[in-house]
Amino acid sequence: MTDKGEINSPNSLHMIRRGLLTGFPIMLGYLPVALTYGVLAKQAGMSLTELTLMSIMVFAGASQFMAVNMIAVGAGALEIIIATFVLNFRHFVMSLSFMNQLRDFSLRWRLPLSMGLTDETFAVSAVNPNESKMEKGAFFYGAIIVIAYLSWIFGSLLGGILGDVIPEKLSQSMGIALYAMFIGLLVPSIKKEKRVALIAIVAMLINALCIQIGMSTGWAIVAGTIFGGMSGIYLLKEGRK
Amino acid sequence: MIFLIIIGMSLVTMLPRVIPAFIVEKMQFRPWLNRWLGAIPYAALGALIFPGILSVNPEEPHVGMIGGLVAIGLAFAGLNVVFVVIGAIMTVFLFSL
Repeated sequence: MTDKGEINSPNSLHMIRRGLLTGFPIMLGYLPVALTYGVLAKQAGMSLTELTLMSIMVFAGASQFMAVNMIAVGAGALEIIIATFVLNFRHFVMSLSFMNQLRDFSLRWRLPLSMGLTDETFAVSAVNPNESKMEKGAFFYGAIIVIAYLSWIFGSLLGGILGDVIPEKLSQSMGIALYAMFIGLLVPSIKKEKRVALIAIVAMLINALCIQIGMSTGWAIVAGTIFGGMSGIYLLKEGRK
Repeated sequence: MIFLIIIGMSLVTMLPRVIPAFIVEKMQFRPWLNRWLGAIPYAALGALIFPGILSVNPEEPHVGMIGGLVAIGLAFAGLNVVFVVIGAIMTVFLFSL
């Protein structure tokens, strides 16, 4: 691109840089979690190739932890795969929302971006909706996903190689990282629009209630997201925020 | 055996993510549906935060709660997400000493 001076059409490199910067907190949250996954997977008897391949091909933290636990206790393949489906079905709802946000992008872009959707990449992308209307905005979302994906894979591999390198107290403290990131993403939206807080609280309560009545974590989050989101039909008056 | 598990997990994780990429084009979303999809991120964030945050230290649920409150405070003060995360980690670390 030669139009250097034009602020309204930032080039792809600029978008990539912005995306990496925006996605940086995900890296911060993923590395310790991926490291822990690598350690546990190794202890469960998986080889370095297997545990890294799982991160490359599945790229879904919670279900990988669950799979490692199930492999360790000798659960069957089908059982593990079904449990994974249940746990990750929430990504369908998130992807529907994300793809609606990216509706102006061609399928050539939407398809790879949808593959990189996790709770975290979705959350970060969704609170940054402006780039979806910008030229080359796909590079912004692509960069968020790439930094997350690479941290996840690299962290898993490192955990498998090094074993327990982070002191237990510190690694336990780092368990709050992703929750803090979610809070850090939610609060600015609340400051802009108070009703967002209501939507989130409704979702929290539905989620907590579903867990109370014995639903699995996966379905409880799905229920909280779908029905909590419905409160937005009444609360968000004019179009999307 | 583990490779079979990985391939199966990959498929059932991939499909729910990818299907919406194909169908949004064909769907004509009504305004209420757009509002619903627009609210999904906030609902998802809520559901992902609570009650999961209480399990940061499963024996002492209040530790996660306090870490969360610190995160809320830092985020309301307008700090960048990176510092919100670091602040929360430090809080929980101090509580585990």
